[in-house]
Amino acid sequence: MIAMLLRDLKLSVRAGGGALIGVLFFMTVVAVIPFGVGPDLNLLARIGPAILWIGALLASLLGLDRLFQAEREDGSLDLILMQETPLVLTVFVKCVAHWIATGLPLVIASPLLGLFMNMDEVAIGATTLTLLAGTPAITFIGAAGAGIAVALPRGGLLVSILVLPLAIPVLIFGVSAVYAAIQEPAPFLPPFLILVALNLFFAVIGPVAAAAALRLSSD
Amino acid sequence: MRLVAEGLSARRGEDLIFQDVSFEIAGGEALVVKGANGSGKSTLLRVLAGLLPAEKGTAKLLAAAQPVERLSEAAHYLGHRNAMKRELTVDENLSFWKAFFGDFAGGTGVSADEAAESVGLGGIVHLPFGYLSAGQQRRMAMAKLLVAWRPVWILDEPTAALDAAAEAMFAGLVTAHLAHGGIAIAATHQPLGLEGVKELRMKGFEYSSLETWA
Repeated sequence: MIAMLLRDLKLSVRAGGGALIGVLFFMTVVAVIPFGVGPDLNLLARIGPAILWIGALLASLLGLDRLFQAEREDGSLDLILMQETPLVLTVFVKCVAHWIATGLPLVIASPLLGLFMNMDEVAIGATTLTLLAGTPAITFIGAAGAGIAVALPRGGLLVSILVLPLAIPVLIFGVSAVYAAIQEPAPFLPPFLILVALNLFFAVIGPVAAAAALRLSSD
Repeated sequence: MRLVAEGLSARRGEDLIFQDVSFEIAGGEALVVKGANGSGKSTLLRVLAGLLPAEKGTAKLLAAAQPVERLSEAAHYLGHRNAMKRELTVDENLSFWKAFFGDFAGGTGVSADEAAESVGLGGIVHLPFGYLSAGQQRRMAMAKLLVAWRPVWILDEPTAALDAAAEAMFAGLVTAHLAHGGIAIAATHQPLGLEGVKELRMKGFEYSSLETWA
């Protein structure tokens, strides 16, 4: 399993791996917002956490469709399906590798992009923390979509559409936890704990659904 | 160890590809599946590898070195596609599969270097897989059979894209595998250069029979 994790990480940084595509897209989205909204610093600071979360959500969806498709195209998926190792576990490890390669860079880039949005240090810290807790959930949900779309030649958009409704709760609780941290009366912990719970929930459901979809997709 | 298939039938979509295929192979024996294009050779092999559900019938591995729930756990499958990543070096590919497969009871796999040596491409394991020619890629995919021990080899057109020397090399690999008590099932048009193998002729929708190849 460690071998699978290392191999996927290596693949993600080699030519065509696309580890940096997501973070570049994230930067592009957030960097153009101040130009579109205008130089109203208070407004930027107010919408900043939401923009960062939306950008991170969209960037996470990029490249999810390749999670199993690349394996299927070169025949590796057949061999993965045949093993004694539970498929759910393999899928889980692939999700973790995908998150480290594409989700973690988003979390690391978010404090810098927070500065673009004139956010103060508490808001930046809260956004980074909620992204750290929330982006794995998006990957796990996305794995289920990627499993369903694995046999389709243009599955990318379909994955995003399939996944988006399930990712909305993650977005809602992520953003509300950040606003709870920066606005006085609302407590930070309840929405943040729900976000963590969503993460754990999808860490179980996502790989199970993806494994079932992959088993049915073989032909 | 025996591999017993009883009354196998398989469907692709609506169409019945073959029905009532039965055979039995003991350890050290090979089965060559022959037949015209579209007669169901690949489908039969994918059913045996557990990649397609059988409509009817079962395929089981009896008296193996460790109890198996599914035949696929004890099998290597070499399909049309090589299952190697173009971006990784040959060594990284083979080492990954070695670690991921793990050995089945009753044998041990060789290291990535030795496996590449066995297929006659010892010096080039440091190259990315995508740099190799089609024939070399195929041979490296065969090296994958050696890095982890599996008693059953399921081979779909193994020698396509290979020259005569590589075919002889591959016959040697299969013979060594059989001598170790393994089982090989190959679908092929070319003679594999093996002696005394059983032959299963797929006839599309007609009845398929099993006969011993003299």
